[in-house]
Amino acid sequence: MPDATGLELIAQELQANDAVGAAGVLEREHVRGRAALTIEVGCLRAVLEQLRAGGFSFLASVHGLDYYPEEPRLGVQYELLDMEGRDRITIKVRVSTESPEVDSVTPDWPTADHQEREVHDMFGVLFRGHPDLRRILMPEDYVGHPQRRDFPVGGEPVLFTYNDTNELGSPE
Amino acid sequence: MSSTSEYRRREQSITLAPLEEQLETNWGGPRQSQELLTLNMGPHHPATHGVLRLLVTLQGEVVHEVKPIIGYVHTGIEKTAEDKSYWKVIPVVERMDYLSYYFNAMSYCGAVEQLLELEVPKRAQYLRVIHLELNRIMSHLVWLGTSALDLGAISVFWYCFRERETILDLFEMSSGQRMHTRYFQVGGVIEDLPRGFEEKLRAFLRVMPERADQYAALLRSNEIVLQRLRGTCPLGADELLALGVTGPLLRAAGRPWDLRKATPYSSYEDFDFKIPVGTVGDNYDRFAVRLAEIYESVKIVEQALDGLPEGPHITPDRKISLPPRHELATSMEALIHHFKLVTEGFRVPAGEAYFPIESPRGELGCFVRSDGSSKPARVHMRDPSFVNLQALSRMVEGSYVADLVATVAMLDPILGGIDR
Amino acid sequence: MEVSRQPISAASSDSPAGVSGDSRLRVQSLSARQMLRGAEVRGANPGLHPDQEGVTAPHQGAALEGAAFERHVEERVLTTTLERAVAWARSNSFFPATFGLACCAIEMMSIVAARVDVARFGFEAFRASPRQADLLILSGRVSIKMAPVIRRIYDQMLEPKWAISMGACCSSMGVFNNYALVPADKFMPIDVHVPGCPPRPEALMHGVLKLRSMVQDDPATGWRTRYGAVGTEEVVPTPGDEQGRAVAVDVFRRGS
Repeated sequence: MPDATGLELIAQELQANDAVGAAGVLEREHVRGRAALTIEVGCLRAVLEQLRAGGFSFLASVHGLDYYPEEPRLGVQYELLDMEGRDRITIKVRVSTESPEVDSVTPDWPTADHQEREVHDMFGVLFRGHPDLRRILMPEDYVGHPQRRDFPVGGEPVLFTYNDTNELGSPE
Repeated sequence: MSSTSEYRRREQSITLAPLEEQLETNWGGPRQSQELLTLNMGPHHPATHGVLRLLVTLQGEVVHEVKPIIGYVHTGIEKTAEDKSYWKVIPVVERMDYLSYYFNAMSYCGAVEQLLELEVPKRAQYLRVIHLELNRIMSHLVWLGTSALDLGAISVFWYCFRERETILDLFEMSSGQRMHTRYFQVGGVIEDLPRGFEEKLRAFLRVMPERADQYAALLRSNEIVLQRLRGTCPLGADELLALGVTGPLLRAAGRPWDLRKATPYSSYEDFDFKIPVGTVGDNYDRFAVRLAEIYESVKIVEQALDGLPEGPHITPDRKISLPPRHELATSMEALIHHFKLVTEGFRVPAGEAYFPIESPRGELGCFVRSDGSSKPARVHMRDPSFVNLQALSRMVEGSYVADLVATVAMLDPILGGIDR
Repeated sequence: MEVSRQPISAASSDSPAGVSGDSRLRVQSLSARQMLRGAEVRGANPGLHPDQEGVTAPHQGAALEGAAFERHVEERVLTTTLERAVAWARSNSFFPATFGLACCAIEMMSIVAARVDVARFGFEAFRASPRQADLLILSGRVSIKMAPVIRRIYDQMLEPKWAISMGACCSSMGVFNNYALVPADKFMPIDVHVPGCPPRPEALMHGVLKLRSMVQDDPATGWRTRYGAVGTEEVVPTPGDEQGRAVAVDVFRRGS
């Protein structure tokens, strides 16, 4: 993990890039050994490309989360790994549920294919430019995005004798 | 093997060119669509390892495209985990990649320990390593048995499961359960080793390399195995990296990337072991790399057992780990801690952590987000099988259906981890 | 071959050990009474399958008289013996279907392995095709995407067929009580539930042997008699009938 100064340098390099700009990097975090940058949604691909040029050539994970009740609710995180320098860095973007659109990084990083589909399936984030954005884990015609925090956990009620209404199920 | 390459040469000399010409002259229509057959393999299929559905587009016997469809064992584990206290998540998360349950627990516990900034005692780290490597051997044995079953070498299945039973006996000795043992807890392991464990483990370690030699002798120079695995479905390291593939698949392609060596966790830096690496990246290299990893894991367990330090088996921080039972009778604080931990669980300061480890299938990372309460706000497993599956269609393009079956076997997908 | 006839009371010296002539007679008369118990007028319960007519609950029905009684005895004895022979054969040659879903599948593989050897009982012939199998061991968690597939496979199996729900996840919801799972009882009839997460191979073996004794000794127990059902039937989806079914997906559709 790059140390705090390393992270600051990376952030400044990103801001020096025209595509990103000074407003691109919203936040830097270096907490408990984890280096993370929150960036503006629009400059996502440019940021990842610049980081790839800087050595972080392996996209380990793309995952989503729901920051309910903070706004903007939905977040997508990209874990990058530098195999030569044994470094990891996280790029975070936040979108709201009203306009959950993020540029897909699948054309640049083929590993993001299924992972972005999973984020779409579970959280409803729409990835612009994804070659085949469909539900991957839930059935194709499922309604709802299960891993949002306001989606109920669901399940079956546990049947005891007091709430078992099925005559055929009760012992003779 | 000159006979192997001759066989392959003869195979490749058979083309569909004369037939295609005839079709074009006779019918004049687009000949591609008349050749392609879409075949549905699965989800109930003896040769897909679990409920994997493959939509295979075939041109004769040659695979044109493979589309994996997953989700048939999606269990909503990550959603369930948000509903439970941190230590109650461990049994739930263990059931994801159901052959490497210690690894699931390790990456989750590592992430929570990172959030808590908790130090795990040295003895607990060594115990974790012992169980992790035993689990790696067991996972490779099951892989070997079921892959040989797919290739037709059915006897290997029984031999591999014989060793697996010994390992499961060891797990049962240390934790009481064969599978999904809940042995790893946040801060260490739940119990120290029982008496008799060490002797049984040493007996197993003496026997395991010979047994692995037997399995290798059965398969490694077998003509059928060689012809089915050597040269089939290779994929280079650059493509694998672009697809996010890690683990034995990447090592078979020649890239010596292993998280145990690169970014060591849980005292792996104390052990001396090698990383088997292949050359070409075909199915035979994947097979050979996993077989060689069994020997290396045996070495690691031996070193861990020899160097097992004294000390507590779980962190002494009573806000995180349960106090020992005998203290409950004498100490009021212990009683209060026990009550708090069992009813509410411990609270984790707000933050996010991603803890990657090397599972038998590749990089298994657990992402945990905490919002300060006693239940995690998000648990996500970056499962290696889920990411490795994307490489399947690139690997089998242009090869036969039989090679597809062999490649799925060599890919070692665990659908519980893919679907979570 | 010489046949000797002896009165029953003098046969105590050469009867099997521990069974005197009197008690042997008693055993014989008891089994006859058991066979005759519940002799019912044929046709009284049209809901029963023709094969099941002889099998009725012990406390039901009125006693028959005269000729009907004798006919009933004849049929009952023959049917019972034949039924028992067939049940014995069926129960000792289950062909399980290879159906592993999740973690329980690994323990199911363990019963095929050498330590808990299912081949001792004759069940090692795991058939890949459901048409050739008669035992479905549902091993693992059933997700909502998989449930219709399992139902289709169960329907494809030919009668007589049985299902074992192995593990906590398919019997009840198991460790995960959430949106993604469905207990197997909701969509298919299960004969034996084996608890555990995952059940030990010995536990699964116990469940399989329980099913064997159910099939062999008392085929009247189970859901078929309880619901008065003959079996299940395969529903072949017709091309136009997509009302209420999940539509088959064109997976080559691009975009969302």
